[in-house]
Formats: sequence, C-alpha cells, structure tokens
Amino acid sequence: MRTSLRDVNPRLKAIGESPCNALRARALHITQELAQGVPKTFSRVVDLCSFDPQREGVPPNTFLQQVLAVCLYPELLSDENFALDVRQRARRLIQSCEGSSVGCYTPSSGLVYIQHRIAKFITRRDAGVPTDAHSIFICSGFWRTLTMMTKLLSSSEEEPQNGVLVPLPYPHTLAMVLGLAGIRSVPYRLREDAGWAMDLEELQRAIRTARGCCRPMAIFISNPGNPTGHVQNRKSIEEVIKFAAAEKLFLLVNEVDQHSVHGSGIQWVSYKKVLFDMGPKYWDRVQMASFHSLSNGLMGECGLRAGYMELVNVDKEVMIFAETLVNMDISSPVPGQLALDILLNPPQPSEPSYDLYTQEILTNLATLTENALRAQDFLNSLPGMSCQPAVGGFYVYPRVDLPAEVLERAKAAGVEADVLYCQELLEEQGVCVGAGSENGNTGGEYHLRLCVGVSSVVLEEALERLGAFHLRFLDSYSCGPHLETP
Amino acid sequence: MPQHRLVNPMVRNIMALKRVALVRQAVRIEEEIKQGMKKPYNEVIDVSRDNPHATGMKPMSFFRQVIASCIYPELIDSDKMPLDVRERAKTLLECIGGSVGCYSDTIGIPIMRDSVSDFLTRRDEGVPSASGNIFITHGSDHGFGLLLKMLVRGDRSPSVGVLTPVPSQDFGNATLVASGASAVPYYLDGQQGWRLHTEELQRALRSAREVCDPIALYVINPGDPTGHVQSRESMEEIIRFVYEEKLLLFANEDHQDILIGEGCMFISYKKVLAEMGSPFSDAVELASFHSSSKGFMGEGGLHGGYLELVNFDPSVQIEFDRLISIQSLPIIGQLALEVMLNPLQPGDPSYAQYQEEVQHIRETMVHNVTRALEVLNSLPGISCEPIKGGASMFPRLHLPHVAIHQAKEEEQLPDFFYCSRLLEQTGLCVCPGSDLGLPEGTYHIRLCIMTSVDTMEEVLRRLGKFHKQFMKDFS
Repeated sequence: MRTSLRDVNPRLKAIGESPCNALRARALHITQELAQGVPKTFSRVVDLCSFDPQREGVPPNTFLQQVLAVCLYPELLSDENFALDVRQRARRLIQSCEGSSVGCYTPSSGLVYIQHRIAKFITRRDAGVPTDAHSIFICSGFWRTLTMMTKLLSSSEEEPQNGVLVPLPYPHTLAMVLGLAGIRSVPYRLREDAGWAMDLEELQRAIRTARGCCRPMAIFISNPGNPTGHVQNRKSIEEVIKFAAAEKLFLLVNEVDQHSVHGSGIQWVSYKKVLFDMGPKYWDRVQMASFHSLSNGLMGECGLRAGYMELVNVDKEVMIFAETLVNMDISSPVPGQLALDILLNPPQPSEPSYDLYTQEILTNLATLTENALRAQDFLNSLPGMSCQPAVGGFYVYPRVDLPAEVLERAKAAGVEADVLYCQELLEEQGVCVGAGSENGNTGGEYHLRLCVGVSSVVLEEALERLGAFHLRFLDSYSCGPHLETP
Repeated sequence: MPQHRLVNPMVRNIMALKRVALVRQAVRIEEEIKQGMKKPYNEVIDVSRDNPHATGMKPMSFFRQVIASCIYPELIDSDKMPLDVRERAKTLLECIGGSVGCYSDTIGIPIMRDSVSDFLTRRDEGVPSASGNIFITHGSDHGFGLLLKMLVRGDRSPSVGVLTPVPSQDFGNATLVASGASAVPYYLDGQQGWRLHTEELQRALRSAREVCDPIALYVINPGDPTGHVQSRESMEEIIRFVYEEKLLLFANEDHQDILIGEGCMFISYKKVLAEMGSPFSDAVELASFHSSSKGFMGEGGLHGGYLELVNFDPSVQIEFDRLISIQSLPIIGQLALEVMLNPLQPGDPSYAQYQEEVQHIRETMVHNVTRALEVLNSLPGISCEPIKGGASMFPRLHLPHVAIHQAKEEEQLPDFFYCSRLLEQTGLCVCPGSDLGLPEGTYHIRLCIMTSVDTMEEVLRRLGKFHKQFMKDFS
C-alpha cells in the first residue's frame, strides 16, 4: 500500500478525535448490543449530545411535509386532499426550479426566487432595513457556509497566521472548521456568572493576545449563544459592533437559533438591525456575515441541509471572491432550499394551513421553553451542578464540579474529566451528553452540554437517568462529593 | 477586514477559470428576455452541462413517488400511490429514523451503505463490497473534493498533484483548485476515439514530477465529454501503470448506466482490479465515485452519491471518517440513491411503467445521437463522432483562420468566441472545449444530449443555422 498516515493532511491530523463522535460511536455500539439482547438497565440510548430534534421525538411540520411532497411529485398538484395553500405554494416553488423539477441543478448561490424570498424575510424581520438578494448565499447548512467563509479569510502558511476571535464556550464543531482552514482561534471568555454574557474588557484582552500571535481578521459570535443559550441585548450588540469597528474585525455572526428564543420577555434583535440603527458611522465601516440555518428553526428539519449567509457591507471585491467560492462549492439540495421558503415565509392568517402550522410551531416552542426551565431546575437541584438560565437555542450548559479523584482517573485515562463523566454516564445509564471541553471549557472548569430540543418525555427520562447516575457517581467517591476548588 | 490582498490566494486562482463567463452571459440574456427585450428567440436553451429535467426529460415516476411518500408519510396509508411505492417508502422511512428531517450519520445511514455495497456486489458479479468502505456523498464532485482535502498538505511545497484527463469537466475544476492540489493534464487521443495511452500518462507523470508530488490518477469512465467507454484491456493498462508508479486511482463512474454504442459494456474498475489478481488486487488503492445526478435519474438537485474505497490503509480511512464527521448529508439524496441502485423487479406493480420510462430515455438518447451526427456532419467545418456512452457529444470545430484571428483580437479563445456568439445570437448555450482543458489549436464544443427529442431538434436547428452563418461570415 502506498498511502499512509504520513500522507494525510497535517491540519486534519492535528485536530484530533472529537469526544462527541467517539461517544456517539459508542452509543451506536450500545444500541446494537441492546438489539442483540445484551441486558442493560435501560432499553434505549437517549442522545442529548447534539441537536437532532425529530430523532428525539419532536414531530415534523405538516405544512412543510405536504408542500415538499407535492414539489417532489407534482402530480399531487391536482389532489384536492391537499389544502389550497399547500398546492399554491408548491406550484410556485416548482416553477422557481429550472425545468420545474427539484432534480435540476440550481445556480450555486441558490435558486434566485428563494434568494428573493429570504431577502424579503430579512427586511420584514428587521423592520425595513434594506436587503439585497444578491448578497444572500444559500448553502448546504451552517457549517458548510462557515467553512466557505473561512476559505475566504484563511491565509497562506507564511507567518503571521490569520486569526478569529471565538467565544469561550464555542459551538462544538467550530474548532474543527477553523483548524482545517488553518485559522488560529483566539478565545474570549463569556461571563458565566452573568448568564454567559459578552464582556468588553475580555474582548479587549483577547484582541491584545491575538495581535501577539496572529493576524486577527474576524470575530465569531453566536447569538443566541451556542451552547450557552444567552441572548444579547441591544446594548451588548452595540458594544461588540463598536469593538469590531475599532479593531477592524469582520463580524461572523451565527444567528441560526433566532427563531428559538424561549426566555420569558426576551427579545432577539439581529446584528444587522442594530448596525443599521447605529447610523452611517458604523454602517459604512463594519462588514459582517450573518448565518442562518433551516435545521435550527422550530421545524427541526436537519436532514434537508439548507442554510444561508447574508453578506452585509462587504467590499465589492470580496463579494466577487465569495461568489466564486460559492460557485465552486456544492450548492444546497433543492428540497432544502424550498423548505427555507416555508420556514421564513410561513402561512398567513388568512390561509387554510395557518392554524395547524402555527399550532405546531407554538407547541414546539412551548415544549422547548418548558424543557429548558425543567432542565435548569433539575440540574440546579443536583449537588455540584449549577446551570445558568438559557433563554434561546436548544442547549443547557451546566457547570459540574468534579471530585479530585475523578480528575486523577481522567488524567490516567488520557481524557478530560468531563469526557470521563460522559463516558460513564453513557455506559451506566444510556444517556449521551456533550462534554464542555469540546466547547473549549478546559483547565479545571467542567461543563456538560445537554440538548433540550427534544420531546418532554425524552427529556424527563434523560434527566431521571442523569440524576441517578450523578448521585451514584459522586457517592462512589469516599466522603461524599468533594467539590473541586478552582 | 478582508482586503483584496488579504484574501486567500487560492481563491484568486479559481477566479481565473473561464467557465463562469458563459454562465454569466446566459443569466444576463435571460434577465433581458424577462424584461421584454426583443430577441430572435424566446428562451435560452442550456445544454452546456447535464440538467436533463430542464431540457425536456422527465423524472422517473417510481423514484418521485417513493420520495414524496417518505416526505409526507400520510401518503403511505392512502391508496393514492401504488402498493410497491408504499411498501418501499415504509421500509425506507424506518431506516432513516422516521423522517427526512433527522440528521443522517455523517458517513451515511447504515442501511443505505449496506444497500450500496449489495448493489456493487451484484453489479460486479460477486466481487465483494464491504459497507465499511462505502461513504455517502452529495455527488461525485463532492466525494472527489473530500479525498483531496484529506490528502493535500496545506501550502507546503511541493503540492500534491492529480493526473487529470483532458478534455474533462474536472480539468481546471474548482474542486481541484480550491483544494490546493495541482491538476496535471494528460491528453486523451482525439484521433483514436479519445483513448488513453500509457505513453501519454508517463509523459504527464514525468512533467508532473518537476512541479509537484503526483499522488493520484483520475479517470472518468464512461468519459465525459468524450463518450468513450474503456475496454478491459485499457483499464488493465491503467491499473498496471498506477501499480508501478504507486499512484492512487480515482475513478468517476457516474455515467455507467448510459451505454449507447452497439454491444457496449461497462465494467467497473473494481471488477477489473479484482480479476487481475495479485499483486494488483491487493495493492492498488482505488476510490470510485457514482451518483444519482446522471443516468436515468438525472436528479442532480437532490445530492445523492457515494464513494467506495478499496485497499486503503485502515488508519487513513479513519482520518477520512473524521474529516467527514463535520459535514451532514441530506436524507432525500440518500433515498434517491437507494431507489436508483435497487429499482423494481418484474412482477412489481410499478415495474411496467418503470421499464417503459427507462426504455423511452434510452430510445431518446439513441435518437438524439443519430440526429446530431446527421445534422452536424452535414455542415461544413464541424465533424462529430458517435459516442459509446455518457450523456454528451463533443463535435470538433474546424474554425476558419479569420475567426481565430478575430477571436484573438477580442482576447478570447477561439472556441469560447464561437460559443459566446452562439449564445448571444441564438440563445443556445454549449460548453467550449477550452473550458475542458483542451489546448489551443483544437476546438470543440460539448453539448448534452439528454434532452427530449423536440429540444434536440431545436438545439440542432439553432446550432446549424448559426454555424452556417458563422462559416460564411468568417470565410
């Protein structure tokens, strides 16, 4: 054989194994063991490591299913069992495809009609801030889109390396995306004691550090926060924008969870709107990319693979480069593009499907809200756990204090202590949760990442098992729970 | 902020690709038509690439019925759909976790991978295929890009190189360029039905070694745009070549279902490799690609494909797994793939219609090839060879010196010059051979022949009219 590990992309090798993937592989193995009748204390593995709502009991959206089915098989356009608005929407969407078929290739940035529909949504959402459909790029999911932006920003390997400020904690797939692109990540810590809020002083410290080791070009922000569930208020967003303007940083804003704000009285506002409202002094200077995804809407349509990026105030030349990159990447599969239209431009009150559609979405939102509160309450009741309130998105992110002996065992096993915790939780109780070290929280601070975008039955089961495990786990260390002093 | 000079140099290389220019021109013309500008035609016909449903071909009913039923499972319980559709949809729905909205495993849903490996074992008459070596992709280009991503070495010198056929869509393909690998051309022999000669491969390899580290040979069989189907003999030569030179073999076999030539047979590289026995069958590292974008499906918009790795080092395969782990695959694409690889059996309720549709496509393609040969070979300054497989024809243009000169005056490659004027004057978009890597001196156009009979007539009418006038104007 010729090819060996030696030949593999060094950046890929440097990234290392993802604990989440290893856990999920183990979860799969356990599921197979259960199928073979191996006795365990549980009958199925519950996966809260990452977000897959429909797999964990959240029902799909009827209107979406119906419209897409008709788009796939247009003979159904004459079937009056489908409501009129379903058929009309499907007809319009089919016509927007080349050859009136979802099987045709689309332009690389997506179907022109859908780009316009997205632009319409954004303008409406942001109370009139103008949107140019040409600055919308439809791509196959958030991570793919971000990967493309990183290609734009990444440098050659001559020093200094390009850098991006990233939040700590960050979304668990971010490290790999940036690592593969050869971009240096420089973390800025979010303030756990303030519900994971942004801290301007910390941003300033981070940029100083960054300038010492790389060429910082951009700042990555998640709003709502992933995995923190924090939603920035307008003042906080303005601070970040002023910071980015002063430091000449490109804003990469992950806004995929914008529809999933569930905290009582919490208002989400887009970075673009805030920037616009700050007037020409900032609007004319600050460049940004805002990301959205079909997967994270309350329909949970993760398997369709669609999202978009809006480039705001971007240099014309950079725009051409972005277009070129998009041209050369895979586009979003057509059904996903069509589904974006439904997510962003849902049925209106006068339309037949409105009631059912709205009811299903609101039910999912209510479940999410209840789940977040229930999870926080439950986790906060466990010894050694404390959970900041999550007001948006699909995760809760509790801190867990682990005894010194656990740290030693973990060290001996060559894993982070929170990974060890997650491994044992999975083995003993069949619950898969994420380790905070994957989100960047290392060095003595341990967190868990639990997805609450699941059915309430699934969540209840998971919490019960997690609680049982946690108490048993702590109990097994002599003299009860020792809290690790940071 | 990203300034022009700070943008990744690799991106600038992609900009230099010409392919985008004609696409832009077509988009502009379509806009103008929409705005009511008067033209000698009502619409653009684009046969520069394969998009069969846009050129009059219909999707296969069974596929669409199954997928629609998976998307909206109520259709499974109604009697709107034939029984076999409902049963297939029910089975598939169970495999994918009950909804097309779930995330897929990053390497593909296990049942799908099993399905692919079963298909391959059947296709290759018993040569075993393990589902552990199957990776679901968005399509062949995507699969190719993933492998390259795994094997490139950043900006370290020398870059890795891939021997790439000319002419092909992949030469100068942005997937290659974007990955940082170097595309090293090897020229297919236009005088001999686009055969691949080992001497040419050796020449290409020698020249490659001066500028990069060549690690792979990329072949397309059946050829695109050439329509050539390799003989077993030719394939064995290639395998011996990669064995001796220690290269990886990447085989794009997207067009394997479309064979037009009389008595034409497709054999997979995997089968030939296996049948060559040791030492080749244990040592040659092969990656083959296929997708539902081509063939009878033509479902490019659904993004279903796979790649199979043979004889790769297990630890390299593990790295590949990891690379893939940050991406996600569409479920619908996998459904399309599954149904393509496991179609109906005689006796199934939908079988008759399915067979009829397949037959219709076959007959249409044969008809289109015959007509194209008739029409084009009757024109001065174009010559066209019959094809054995694939979905395109690749006629040669014998351009007058005056035209070549004029093109150069306008700083355009002569065949691009021809195509651009063709598009402007008739609304017909074809692909110039220079976009596919052909060097100066030989000029070709590529046109997709997977179109309805009527569309092909219109294509040939527009092309014929334009061509006659062009030859007159530039004589």
